Amino acid sequence: MAKKVALLQGNEACAQGALYAGCNFFGGYPITPSTEVAEVLSGELPKIGGKFIQMEDEIGAMASIIGASLTGAKALTATSGPGVSLKQELIGYACIAEIPCVIINVMRGGPSTGMPTGPGQSDVMQAKWGTHGDHAAIALVPASCQEIFSETVRAFNLAEKYRMPVQVLYDEIVGHMRERIVFPEPGELEVINREAPTDGPETYKPYDSTKGQVPPLAAFGSGYKFHVTGLNKADDGFPTTKASLVDAEERRQIDKVTDNIADIESYEEYLTEDADVIVWAYGSTSRSARYAVNELRKEGIKAGLFRPITLWPFPEKRTAELAAKAKAIVVAEMNLGQMIYEVERVAKGACVVVGEFRVDGDPLNPGQIMTKVKEVL
Amino acid sequence: MAERYELRFSGAGGQGLITAGIILAEAASIIEGKSAVQSQSYGPEARGGASKSEVIISDAPIDYPKATIVDACLAMTQEAADKYANGIKEGGILLLDADFVQRAPEGNFTVYRLPITRMAKEDIGREIVANVVALGAVIGLTGVVSKDAGEEAVLRKVPEAFKDLNKKAYNLGYTKGKELAS
Repeated sequence: MAKKVALLQGNEACAQGALYAGCNFFGGYPITPSTEVAEVLSGELPKIGGKFIQMEDEIGAMASIIGASLTGAKALTATSGPGVSLKQELIGYACIAEIPCVIINVMRGGPSTGMPTGPGQSDVMQAKWGTHGDHAAIALVPASCQEIFSETVRAFNLAEKYRMPVQVLYDEIVGHMRERIVFPEPGELEVINREAPTDGPETYKPYDSTKGQVPPLAAFGSGYKFHVTGLNKADDGFPTTKASLVDAEERRQIDKVTDNIADIESYEEYLTEDADVIVWAYGSTSRSARYAVNELRKEGIKAGLFRPITLWPFPEKRTAELAAKAKAIVVAEMNLGQMIYEVERVAKGACVVVGEFRVDGDPLNPGQIMTKVKEVL
Repeated sequence: MAERYELRFSGAGGQGLITAGIILAEAASIIEGKSAVQSQSYGPEARGGASKSEVIISDAPIDYPKATIVDACLAMTQEAADKYANGIKEGGILLLDADFVQRAPEGNFTVYRLPITRMAKEDIGREIVANVVALGAVIGLTGVVSKDAGEEAVLRKVPEAFKDLNKKAYNLGYTKGKELAS
């Protein structure tokens, strides 16, 4: 049978991807340019016995998905930069308490309320460092409507597998544009659900590292009772200040990501093999970059594209390899220079690293990238 | 067709030009199996003032989703023509609503005029289908998708009770557009 196809907005594709992944709870607060995610799920979740709640504000929305996830739900919220700012304290809570959840950030201009209807990519460092304290972060940056669908599924998978919040960031351009989506059949994309505890309620400990880097999470309401806190805690979930326990827990929560980079990392390369100049770009900007690379190739300039799909953890190894091969890397992003600092950090001076930035609400266009590539050669 | 064909529909917010763009993108990508990307203007200008919708159609996957150099542009109002009828390719097409756009922007492209809104009102009997008349005219004029694909996409989009009305509107626009092209 022919697969279902539809012309969908990026935000609609996100909602459909969430449903495919088994999302059964959405708590959110409407905000441009993300509102269509909530709009679609408000119609669809009740049909499958899920819950949709418009909360009183962004903070409440984040609290609601943490609570829902603790009952075993696959929980989602969708917002934009101003909302993500408000959610930061609770994102940190989800990090330390190790609660799976997915946060969609459809990026607009900033800071503060900025430009609600214009595209931006200025929340990419926030996705890593927005909440205080040492913590691991996973952030995915899809660049097409189809990829928003599949990366939303993957975000749920990673959240469930590594028991942590995962952010999906895409700019207003991909959030609002429409493209054809081919709906994957059930089973075509992997769907991961969190591991269930093997211990019974009497002996279960929610942070028992002898069970592995990611201890199983029991669901409230299923007979298990345990303590959840934002404080550093022992394996039973109760607060501790014992140095060795605090240190081990802090490190385990970061190691569970850094030890599994190969599983989490995802990127795409285009004509990088012989490239003198690599354009390093993500989200809608990577589409401008691909256009620019094709045009530059026609002019005989050996340009290539590196497109991270997992932005955090940062694709260190491959970026360093490309820096060692190329004459220059042009980092194109709709901010005034954020990921360029990471590229510079791992390039370690092996090649020239320059930025091409834009923050006026218009898309960073292929012509700008072409000009910058020619300048740097 | 060319590897990449760019269209821009512009008019007053509420005239249905964004819907026209979505229908064209569906005709190209869902019915004809080409690649298509549709995008639109957002913000305060999207209601009342000038609004635009862009559709890129290609036989190959589409990278940059916004217009670079427009092959065909529609402007339904003077304000839309002033604001959005730019960046049109040399030898490209500009279709204007003859009653509402007095001053055509200058450039090295061909300007066509049809009383689109009046056709909807007087010939079809409902001004509200002016966007579908316009869509038919653009498809007739450019041949960017087949007549049938355009019609099927229109009919998929409208409720049963309005299918006849929209079919008439589309076919009238298509015929007039085709005449202009020949």
